[in-house]
Amino acid sequence: MTAISVLVPLSIVMGIAGLLAFLWSLRTRQYEDLDGAAARILLDSDEDDAIDRDRRRHMSRNGG
Amino acid sequence: MTSKDLGNGLRQSVLSIPAMHCGACIGAIEAALTAVPGVERARANLSLRRVTIDWKRDRQVAPDLLGAITAIGYEANLPTAEIDGEDEILAGLVRALAVAGFCSMNVMLLSVSVWSGADAATRQTFHAISALLALPAIFYAGAGFYRSAWQALSHGRTNMDVPISIGILLTFTLSLYDTVTNAPHAYFEAATSLIFVLLIGRVLDHAMRRKARSAVAALTRLIPRGANVLQNDGRLDFVELGDIKARMRLRIASGERVPTDGVLENGRAELDAALITGESLWRSVRAGEAVQAGELNLGNPFVLRATNAPADSTVAEMTRMIEAAEDGRSRYRRLADRAAGLYAPVVHSLAVLAFIIWFIASGNLHTALTIAVAVLIITCPCALGLAVPMVQVTLARHLFERGVMATDGSAFERLREIDTVVFDKTGTLTTGAPRLLGIDGITPEALKLATALARTSIHPMARAIAEAGVSAEKPPTFTDVRETAGMGLEGRLGGDLYRLGRPEWALTTQDEAVMTVLSKNGEALARFSFGEDIRPGARDLVATLKARHFEVVLLSGDSLEAVEVVANALGITDRRARLLPTEKVRAIKNLQAAGHGVLMIGDGINDAPALRAADASMAPTSASDVGRSAADFVFLGNDLRVVTDVFDSVEKAAGLIRQNFVLAALYNLISLPIAFSGYVTPLIAALAMSSSSLIVVANALRLARAPRSGENMAKSVLEART
Repeated sequence: MTAISVLVPLSIVMGIAGLLAFLWSLRTRQYEDLDGAAARILLDSDEDDAIDRDRRRHMSRNGG
Repeated sequence: MTSKDLGNGLRQSVLSIPAMHCGACIGAIEAALTAVPGVERARANLSLRRVTIDWKRDRQVAPDLLGAITAIGYEANLPTAEIDGEDEILAGLVRALAVAGFCSMNVMLLSVSVWSGADAATRQTFHAISALLALPAIFYAGAGFYRSAWQALSHGRTNMDVPISIGILLTFTLSLYDTVTNAPHAYFEAATSLIFVLLIGRVLDHAMRRKARSAVAALTRLIPRGANVLQNDGRLDFVELGDIKARMRLRIASGERVPTDGVLENGRAELDAALITGESLWRSVRAGEAVQAGELNLGNPFVLRATNAPADSTVAEMTRMIEAAEDGRSRYRRLADRAAGLYAPVVHSLAVLAFIIWFIASGNLHTALTIAVAVLIITCPCALGLAVPMVQVTLARHLFERGVMATDGSAFERLREIDTVVFDKTGTLTTGAPRLLGIDGITPEALKLATALARTSIHPMARAIAEAGVSAEKPPTFTDVRETAGMGLEGRLGGDLYRLGRPEWALTTQDEAVMTVLSKNGEALARFSFGEDIRPGARDLVATLKARHFEVVLLSGDSLEAVEVVANALGITDRRARLLPTEKVRAIKNLQAAGHGVLMIGDGINDAPALRAADASMAPTSASDVGRSAADFVFLGNDLRVVTDVFDSVEKAAGLIRQNFVLAALYNLISLPIAFSGYVTPLIAALAMSSSSLIVVANALRLARAPRSGENMAKSVLEART
């Protein structure tokens, strides 16, 4: 019983963390181009800057 | 170009690049665009085959984005779907889906341990935790269903959401009561997974709905906001569009679109009417001849005497016709809605019946309510809600890989009722671009000279000559090359003056019947005549359609001779020439009145009303913006054979939808007696619901596993790049 009273809340907290992570990834548009993400790993150029700038702009527009 | 303002002078445009298909394409396109002065950022999206560009005006000049993409060998179009504003409804649905998924999975986890025999104390704790976990799903994720149900009820109607809402809320309340009274069963997982599965159906369905943009919005962009009016004393006044009246004299600058119908006052004008008629040849207009609203002035500025106020112009008339046709189309009721219309009343009456019978038989309100709720849950149209959208989404994806974009899910259903296919000629059955004919009759030397001159111009005929004359030899370099609007090109080589263009301008003698000549000091060197190319696959398509007993009709605005040539080449017997847009619509209405389902394939603005009036419609990506917005399907590349692919896939999908309906109904037939007799436990409900939904989804996915040739897509990619 004591094991359950620890494990059940723990699993729910982990579940909530997963949910929040998903909502965050939606908000930062990580699902917009799934095929592109797969192809971009082969590109040499430093694309991270572009993504970060985009994310910041988007977040500030939504106040997030 | 359409763009949206991001502030600070920064603008954002979206371009569709059909041929983008790999990582190297992304790299090349982004690099080419970023190199254009004024472009701040370019981001390609491979899934949607689009690129989003943030740009600024560089010294008041908008960057040439299309040019940069064309220069590296890709073809870019403006996207069909609306670029402004992301889809808020879809985003909201996905958020609700995430919450419902989280809640239902956790509740299910707890329920499994209850079903596998937890003791009473653990069971009650788990039920209480489940109740807490169910709250966000019931009140946040399910809100859309209650709103829709309430809206239907307050208008005295009923829809699928009414039994769903009653089911969810009753289940939740009853389970809450059972938790408090420490009863053995609670249905929290049924209520939450119901919301989850139904939301999956909703998300898929929404993704397939037509985007809010209408063809009319694209059409109004063709008309400028106003025009410079030439007053009697010679002054120029800018007058708003609404204040332009007939008989005003308007000065149309080079590169401006004509705001209203009128007559050319003097001189000559070179006009591009491609967006209006689909005709790619530039029109040369003399004084006294008519000019239509929406045409683009490519040559020198000219003065136009308006014959109509803008509200009465051809484009305004077209707008009204499209609106009228759109009204007619909205009467179509989608298959899923028709199924729901039958289904909802049956479910209601069954649940009420179960309640009444059990209340009379047992006299126990709680038992009667529990069984009525079980009937509602079991008959809940989860599988039914997935049956159609799941197939449509798979079908849309399947067609997208073959180069066909569907803008509306219901078009798949409408396409099945087609028995007549109506084609437009210019730009649809033909490629729309002129091609040099009889190249054998031209000496290589003359062709080389003509090519060298033609290269300096973007006129469609000059391009056709330049294309035909490509050779390894280095062409001579002309000096003083000039283009005279409406006439042609001239240049000097040594002491000689060469002219390529209209015979009356290029030659000293006036006896030529051909359209274009090359002359040296007024003496003809070569004569050029042009024809249209028939689109690849057009012949195969017409033959296939006829073999399948479709009626094939050709409706064209072009001259009878031009129509005859194409119709004879393709074997189309029912052909009509010189049709106005209204007459095209009337011809389609007549076919529909005779009991035919009509598919219209066309591209120009003059086809837009007909595209909307037909039961289903297709346009090539090379079509005008308005044509593409008006069509249900847009196909990439040049090959018309994809139309056959669309028919085949839609037929296969219709079979799968039918199977899905049968599967869903079968499941209800089996489970309903169990629910009615009161034997449903939460475990049975959960198993029945998820298994039927999974079967329907798996069945729909069979469409994607159909043998992939990938041949057409590869071909259209190649064609788009060359």
